[in-house]
Amino acid sequence: MNKVPNNRAWWLVLPMLLLVAFSAIVPLMTVVNYSVQDVFDANTRFFTGTEWFVQMLNDPALQAALGRQFAFSLTILVIQVPLGVGIALLMPKRGWRASLVLVLVTLPLLIPWNVVGSIWQIFTRGDIGLMGFSLRQLGYPYNITSNPMDAWVTIVLMDVWHWTSLIALLCYSGLQAIPEAYYQAARIDRASRWAVFRYIQLPKLTNVLVIGVLLRFMHSFMIYAEPFVLTGGGPGSATTFLSQSLAIMATAQFDVGPSAAFSLIYFLIILLVCWVFYTAIMNLQKDRQGGSRHD
Amino acid sequence: MTRPLPSSPDQVNEHAARQAARRRRRQRSAGRRIRRGGLMLAYLVFVLLPIYWLVNMSLQTNNEILGELTLWPQALTFDNYTRIFTDPSWYMGYVNSMTYVVMNMVISMVVALPAAYAFSRYRFIGDKHLFFWLLTNMMAPPAVFLLPYFQLYYTVGLFDTHIAVALAHCLFNIPLAVWILEGFMSSVPKEIDETAFIDGYSFPRFFVQVFIPMIRSGIGVTLFFLFMFSWVELLLARTLTSTEAQPIVSVMTRTSTASGIDWGTLAAAGVLTIVPGIVVVFFVRHHIAKGFALGRT
Repeated sequence: MNKVPNNRAWWLVLPMLLLVAFSAIVPLMTVVNYSVQDVFDANTRFFTGTEWFVQMLNDPALQAALGRQFAFSLTILVIQVPLGVGIALLMPKRGWRASLVLVLVTLPLLIPWNVVGSIWQIFTRGDIGLMGFSLRQLGYPYNITSNPMDAWVTIVLMDVWHWTSLIALLCYSGLQAIPEAYYQAARIDRASRWAVFRYIQLPKLTNVLVIGVLLRFMHSFMIYAEPFVLTGGGPGSATTFLSQSLAIMATAQFDVGPSAAFSLIYFLIILLVCWVFYTAIMNLQKDRQGGSRHD
Repeated sequence: MTRPLPSSPDQVNEHAARQAARRRRRQRSAGRRIRRGGLMLAYLVFVLLPIYWLVNMSLQTNNEILGELTLWPQALTFDNYTRIFTDPSWYMGYVNSMTYVVMNMVISMVVALPAAYAFSRYRFIGDKHLFFWLLTNMMAPPAVFLLPYFQLYYTVGLFDTHIAVALAHCLFNIPLAVWILEGFMSSVPKEIDETAFIDGYSFPRFFVQVFIPMIRSGIGVTLFFLFMFSWVELLLARTLTSTEAQPIVSVMTRTSTASGIDWGTLAAAGVLTIVPGIVVVFFVRHHIAKGFALGRT
């Protein structure tokens, strides 16, 4: 759609801008303010410049948390994206079955994140949880509080349970938007199942998949409540991700300066990755609009 | 309808071969249908099993939970639910959560509708940068803002009120609403606006009487998403409240006491946090798929 240049549109945006700015800019400025100072108490503080930033970037514990964070985000993307696409292809297209499956698949997305942690904590306990108990009965000494590998796999499994539905629903809506005529043409051409997927369904899915990957990356990168409830970041620090390290530093140890510097670094990483995705989405939309004008 | 009689053995053979091929094809597609159904069912079982376990546990007494592992409640009891519904300190948790979620939905919607309209219809100075800045707020990890939020709301005297949580959740909900609504609005042809203005509608009247009814489903889906993200977020909600506006999950932490964890009540409270989601999703089930693509399919 070609838009009309009109700067009075700012009046329509203004209320939204004020409200978001109140929730975003004031706190962000507070963080920036703390990140360059050493605060002893309400009246004693020193300007430190970039000292906290240097210290944070060289902190081995945080580097480890950052590494774990990237490993986690990549793992869940690699599992959830293909799985989500597969489920979207399997979901019934119409009728009462479609509604039922849709509601059931959406279910995990509607559960408060702490409760997701609680559900899996209960589910995986060796004494009262179905999964933990069954695994132990089968002879595997499953224990998420002492075995880092078990904890790691369980958190990935929990995240797959929690969020694969998002990718599936995105793709499902992408598939619904394909006109029936495309499939008829494919049938006339005797296209194989794979060819239909590769040349009809997948191109339609790229757009929603980019959004899906963006949302999943974003949320997995700020994951906090679920591992906090399930493993508490343990055993040791095997499942301590960035948000949790930050929360410990800011609230438990009350190191305001370093944690503020850390917050900014954390935020900048997310911004950078999301900017890449945003540019990709905008280019895709431009391509699509350009393409549709030609045909 | 009568089929012409086969006039040669070749034709008979050909006919039989065609019949056989059709039968094979039907069998194969039946086999595929069963396989597809089986895989779908397997995923649904994976989704539902942990939830079933929670429900199962909420209907048992603590003695039964901690005793022998049982696949379904042997002695069905609703005591856990009764406890929650009769104790104000429990059920007020739900009321508090609901209150700030609804407040947030109203606030976000009122400011996001005109903003989304501006983004979908007009080009103005800084529009692209503003839109990206909006999205970055969706991406801000709540952990980053914990401490400043606490101080900010404490200073302005809003700490431990519902409106504090509602405003804090605007940080990610308004951008989300603008994003989804913009997608839905862009699919409404601009000729509609132009015709309405020619017909003498003022902007506010056009917006309320013509435009909003046209994107009804988009608004429904957006409300669903606002509900969802405000309902599931608890890190900020817990930080900004203490007793008066405490969300349900803070109340849930009470179940772990010195004498051990009250599993039954914890499970029942967990089940009750899922129920509002099911109710809401039921109303938007036809449009939800489009909403998940942010109105952009």
